[in-house]
This record gives sequence, structure tokens and C-alpha cells, in this order.
Amino acid sequence: MKLVRRLLDKMGEPFLQGGKLQRLYPLYEALDTFTFTPGEVTRGKTHVRDAMDLKRLMMTVVWALVPAIVMAIYNTGYQANLALERLHELGGGEIAAHALDNWRTAIFMGLGLSFSSSSLLGCVVHGLLYYIPILFVTFAVGGVWEVLFATVRKHEINEGFLVTGMLFPLILPPAIPLWQVALGITFGVVIGKEVFGGVGMNIFNPALVARAFLFFAYPAAISGDDVWIAAQGLTADGISGATAMAVATVEGPQALTEHGYTLWQAFVGLVPGSLGETSALACLIGAVVLLVTRVASYRTMLGVVGGTVAMTLLFNAIGSETNPAFQIPVWWHMALGGWAFGTVFMATDPVSSAYTRNGQYIYGALIGVMVIAIRVVNPAFPEGMMLAILFANMFSPLIDWFFIRATVKRRALRHG
Amino acid sequence: MSAKTRKTLLEPIFTNNPISIQVLGICSALAVTTRLETAVVMSMAVISVMTLSNLSVSLIRNFIPPSIRIIIQLTIIASLVIVTDQILKAFLYEISQQLSVFVGLIITNCIVMGRAEAFAMQNRPLASIIDGFGNGLGYSVILIAVAFFRELLGVGTLFNIQVLPVVSEGGWYVPNGLMVLAPAAFFLIGLFIWAHRSLNPDLQEEE
Repeated sequence: MKLVRRLLDKMGEPFLQGGKLQRLYPLYEALDTFTFTPGEVTRGKTHVRDAMDLKRLMMTVVWALVPAIVMAIYNTGYQANLALERLHELGGGEIAAHALDNWRTAIFMGLGLSFSSSSLLGCVVHGLLYYIPILFVTFAVGGVWEVLFATVRKHEINEGFLVTGMLFPLILPPAIPLWQVALGITFGVVIGKEVFGGVGMNIFNPALVARAFLFFAYPAAISGDDVWIAAQGLTADGISGATAMAVATVEGPQALTEHGYTLWQAFVGLVPGSLGETSALACLIGAVVLLVTRVASYRTMLGVVGGTVAMTLLFNAIGSETNPAFQIPVWWHMALGGWAFGTVFMATDPVSSAYTRNGQYIYGALIGVMVIAIRVVNPAFPEGMMLAILFANMFSPLIDWFFIRATVKRRALRHG
Repeated sequence: MSAKTRKTLLEPIFTNNPISIQVLGICSALAVTTRLETAVVMSMAVISVMTLSNLSVSLIRNFIPPSIRIIIQLTIIASLVIVTDQILKAFLYEISQQLSVFVGLIITNCIVMGRAEAFAMQNRPLASIIDGFGNGLGYSVILIAVAFFRELLGVGTLFNIQVLPVVSEGGWYVPNGLMVLAPAAFFLIGLFIWAHRSLNPDLQEEE
């Protein structure tokens, strides 16, 4: 370790005050503190002494994301291989050959693997070939923006982007073009975060802002039935690529079984969908990690669950002749789409969520109510988690304001 | 051109732009900027209304009783807007259809009233004309810049001429659907304001 320290010190010389690369100091600082714990401590009179600094907080979220990432990689490959197998059974070999005519297939074949849904390695490697490029583009492009703003504004590079960069690939469809990933994360970092002053100042969750940008700018690549299975163009012929969420909201819960979706599948995550959002189980494990380490607020999660249950039961009770989505039971709502991922990782973002304790219940409930309302009532959007969370993000300062006012008033009455 | 006239003319374009500094007239800037064509016509309409309303108000400024001055200004502006609307309908029917109510809504554009009240009521006719023209230009610069990006990125055309060949016609450009929606104008105006204030630090408020 001493060698690394010496190496870093030697490397750091030009970056220090008066050095040639002084302007790029944040870059060096990031590398340095990524390797070693910073030596400086806060020297003011009042400050919280806690091992839980921002870096550790963010790393905990990344650890909690691991199950979701593993499932994302496996399921992406599994869905693609499954679709390829079915296509061959249906005699669509030509379409399959066309869909596979890209660099990923070349690497895949070069490794001597086969597109088989029963081969664990085949699924994982196929999934990696989709996940890694998206992740790489996200960090490369987003990282450039982070460094640029840190250099111009002369502050240190913040770990917040680490989490945004891990979250963003998981909420994208696997077949998304990589230039759209670059554009999306650019918008997310610049308009979603830096415009407001950087990490901690943003009103909205940057990863969701990035996704919302792509959702409205290029709807063809992020909505509909054709983008949720990795190998491009596979869904055109004979195979439905519709997500279980779309099936449920358009044709009703009964249609789910007709399409061969079981609740267990949806819970484990072996259904088509955005990379990391399909598995409620992986999100549940992540939730346990976040709640045990107290990184995420259980109040927010409880709020979302409460809002979801209340709104679903309300819709179930009202019923509708024409809209089968009214009949979707609570457990399907929770297993399908981005509900679990959004509840665990997106809604609990400490910056954009409410920070008063009672406010977090209200904030969560608002998400729960909105997501079910969008899913059931709005025919244009089969999924509503992204929009519901962004909507609640916007209201969280207002919610906080009311609870702070209430506390001030109560204390004023008590103490005269 | 004297220094004072130049200041009256150029200040609203750069340092005191009605849209990017005073943040007025945003409504029409969102609505008519999906295409350059409509933005240019709208700009010309606003410039002529502002120039003429400033002139008219300035001419009779010493005869307007202060207690009813707003009503009189509004009457003048409304008459001018109606005339403009009629002219557009007569000579540029297609575009006036696209602009729909927004020509009529120039009446409610705060910039027009604001200049009549803040400048034309206190200044001579010639200076008022220059001020109205300058503020109209300031409005137009932003409007046309926003429309340029929205049309180019949203549909790949400029003045309805294909500049970026779009995918649906065999080209390579994938149109950005967000640019056609109203929020895009907000983002673009916001980015302009950001750039403007970063380049002119004296515009930034003290913290």
C-alpha cells in the first residue's frame, strides 16, 4: 500500500497549487480519495461524527443494487435466448439471423457459446454483452460531464454520480441505442442535476430525469412492445415482446396467464422489461440491505406500499366495464413493471425525496397513489412509476414545508 | 446614431432582453416556436405592434389622464393587434392558421404593455419608436433562436427545408420528439439564460 501512496503522491504533484495541471485537481482528488480515506477532518465546532459519510452511503446503495444487476444480466440474456429459440421453432430462422447480425453475435460466437435459454453461461454472457456497453457509455459520458463541472466550479468530484450511473442502465430497455444512452445521461446530469448546483441541490432524481428525457424524445426506443427483448427486431414475427405490465393494463389480469406469465415469474423477474426492474425479488433483497443499514427511509417505502394498496383496492372496488386494468390485483401491481425497483431505489433517493419524517409517509403515499392512477386510468402509459416519482419529487419541498411549519407552530404553543 | 439612441435600441437585445432577463412574454415563446416560419411571422407581428403602440402612446402621452392610462394603452394595443391579425389573415392565411390565437394574444403580452407604460409614457415619439423596435427585436432574437433549435432537432428541417435527413425517409437523423413538445422551449430558454448570465457575471444577483 505504501507503494501506491508514494505513486499517488508523485502523480499528484502537478495537480497541486501552482502545478501545471492545477485546473484538473478534482480529477486527481477523486482518484486519491477513491483509493485512500481522505486525511482531512472537519475542524468546525459543531459537526456530526459518524462513519456514515457520503461515500459510504453511496457505496451501500451500490452494494444493495448487486442482486438487481445480477438479475438484469441473467434475465436480459435469458429473454433474448428464449426469443431466439422460439423463433427457430416457428421457422423464422432468417429473421433470427438478421437480428443476430451485429458485433455482439460475433463476440458471442467467438467465445464458442450457444444461444440457449437453459445454458446459464450463455444467458449471462449474452446479457453482459448488452449490459456492459450501456454501463460503459453511461459512466464515460456522465463522467466527462461530472469532471467538466467539477473543474469549472472548482469543487471535488462527488460520489453521487456513482449511484446515478449504476441506476440509469438498469431502468433502460436492453435494446436501446447507445447514442441515446449518452444523450440521456447528458441530459440527466446537466439539466437534472448540475443546473440546480450539483449533488444535493437537485429537485428531481437525475437517473429518472435522464430516462424521462429519452421517454419523451425517442418514444419508439423506450416504449411499446418491440424493445424489451435484447436482440433487435425479434419481436416483429410470431413472438410477443409486450411486457407483462402492458398486457395487464391493456388486456386485464386474466390475459397474463393466457400469455404464460405467472406471478412467480414476475416476482423473480424472468419476464421482458427494462434491464434491472423486472425482478421484485432482487429489489426486495436490496431493500433489506438498505433498511438494515438505514441508508433508505422505511417511511418512504411504507408510504408507497400504503398508497399503492389503497389506490388498487379503490379501483378494484369501483370496477369498470371497459377498462380491464381496474381489476389488476395488488400483488400483480407490485410484481410488475418498475414498481419494486422504483420503490426501493428511486423513491428513497435522499436528495429528491422529502426529508421530514412524517413528510416521507405523505411523499411515499403520493407516489403509490399516482403510479396506480397512471397505470390504470391513463391508456397512453402502461407504466407509471417513473412519472409518479418525478411528480412526487416536485412536491417533496412543499410537503417538507408544511411539516416544518407544523412543528414550529406546535413548539411555539408549547413553549409560548 | 447617438450613444443614447444606440443604448435604447441595443440594450433590450443584449443586456436587458425582455425574455431572457425580464422573463416576460414566455407564453407565446413556448407556443409558436415549433417552426421557424411561425416564429419569424410572430416576431414581425410583435415588432410592428410594439413600434406602433409605443409611437401612438408617446404621441398622446401628455393628454392621457393618469387614472385611466392603462385602459387607453390597452385600447391602442388591442386595435393594433386586431389590424395585424387581419393583415395576416389576408396575406399569410396558412401561417395565421398555425399561429391561431397567439396573434390575438399579443394584447396580453406583458412586453408590449410594459414598454408602453415604462417608456412611451415618459419619452418622445422618436425614442419610443426605437425602444419599441429594440424590445421587439430582443423578443425576436430569442424566439427565432428557440425555433431554430426546436425545428432543426425536432423534425430535422429549417423553414420546412430538410436539413438533417430523417430516418423515416432513409436518412440518419432520428427526430427528437421532446423538441416538438412545449417543455423543450422551457429548457432552451433556460439554457439561453444560463449562458447569458454566465457570460455576463454582472447580471448575477449577489448571494
